Amino acid sequence: MISVIMIVVLGVIMIVAGIIALHLKNLLAAIITAGTISLLASVIYLILGSPDVAMTEASIGSGLTTIIFLYALNKVQKEDKND
Amino acid sequence: MIFTLILGFVLLLIGIYGMLSQRNLIKIIIGFSIADTGIHIIIVSIGYLRNRTAPILNSAVDISKAVQQVVDPIPSALVLTAIVIGLAVTALMLSFVVELYKKRKSLSIDDYQELKW
Amino acid sequence: MIKKTLVLIAIVGLLMVFWPLMSNFEFSQNLSELASNYVRGSVNELNTQNVVTSVIVTYRGLDTLGEVTVLFLATVGIGFLLGKRKGKKRPASELLQTTSSFLFALIVLFGVYIFTHGHLTPGGGFQGGVVIATAFLLLMLSDVNMKFNHTILQIVESFSGAFYIVIGIVGLVLTIGFLSAEIIPLGEFGKLISAGAIPIIYSFIGLKVGSELTNIIDTMRGE
Repeated sequence: MISVIMIVVLGVIMIVAGIIALHLKNLLAAIITAGTISLLASVIYLILGSPDVAMTEASIGSGLTTIIFLYALNKVQKEDKND
Repeated sequence: MIFTLILGFVLLLIGIYGMLSQRNLIKIIIGFSIADTGIHIIIVSIGYLRNRTAPILNSAVDISKAVQQVVDPIPSALVLTAIVIGLAVTALMLSFVVELYKKRKSLSIDDYQELKW
Repeated sequence: MIKKTLVLIAIVGLLMVFWPLMSNFEFSQNLSELASNYVRGSVNELNTQNVVTSVIVTYRGLDTLGEVTVLFLATVGIGFLLGKRKGKKRPASELLQTTSSFLFALIVLFGVYIFTHGHLTPGGGFQGGVVIATAFLLLMLSDVNMKFNHTILQIVESFSGAFYIVIGIVGLVLTIGFLSAEIIPLGEFGKLISAGAIPIIYSFIGLKVGSELTNIIDTMRGE
């Protein structure tokens, strides 16, 4: 029962975060919001009984993907400054 | 579990909507990564079986009855592979975006129309 | 306006495709025949506690080889697209510099722990490799003008990939099967040195994934 409540709460947060991530005008905030979805998804994998996937999603999905997005955004903005 | 299945489908639809409706290239890739997460949740929740533990056969599981006590390990293995490949594909797409920006100085997809039709 | 309508029509169409799948979906009460075989085989044939590891490394080993190849190709593609650039940045704060030199060794050690215990606990080569890449990311953040020696990264990456395939071929030569774990005695169930070649294969995967992801981050960072 407690796991169902957790999944519903986490799911609502994830769906809202997904809609916000697509509507934000600020790209930096949108990237961080999209990283939050992956982080919460790893909790859901843990509830679903697959800790291996939870570890992978927490480290890759929310960690490295966000970092790579931020580096790409940084590169694009640096191009702007050079000219 | 039915709730996670619904959650996965909703995230998949949000991601596809983002990919189709957004005009910014980085926003399109964000939509792709949301759809990716949705698909992973769908696959993992298909493998879930009620009242069972993770497929790790330590002292918490009676090894002779392991088949009746653990969830399906195959979706976990598939999703593990898919997440790593998702990262590589996202990084490749982002490096394409950086290259495109160097050429045209624009992140809007409307500026990349070579063909009239 | 037309575009928005078309997008909405596409979403509604997808919803209509998915709805019957979702509403009629029946969750099974038991493991499928294939999954039961994997769970039994993991105990009886491979002496591996973590069933997911035995599926990834042995039963579906060929898929993992393909996946590592995809990761390698993506790394090559990114390196090809983003050349090196010059430019100085402001140095990181002293707090970050001091902490990262202290934490670097600990994080690498944790990564090695994760992929050598992949057959006993959750985790394995992919997760351990990512943790090691995170340690290098911390170094990059603390010293922004640092240059990585790409030759060492490439040597680690290509040798671990080559040994991975060599282990697979040894299985063929001994006529057990490609990427089989039984080329080495299986040992005792639940001990660190057990499960045959699985810890060795997963360590090579971990080194390969770690060096490839470090390479990706370093290329995306831009010199």
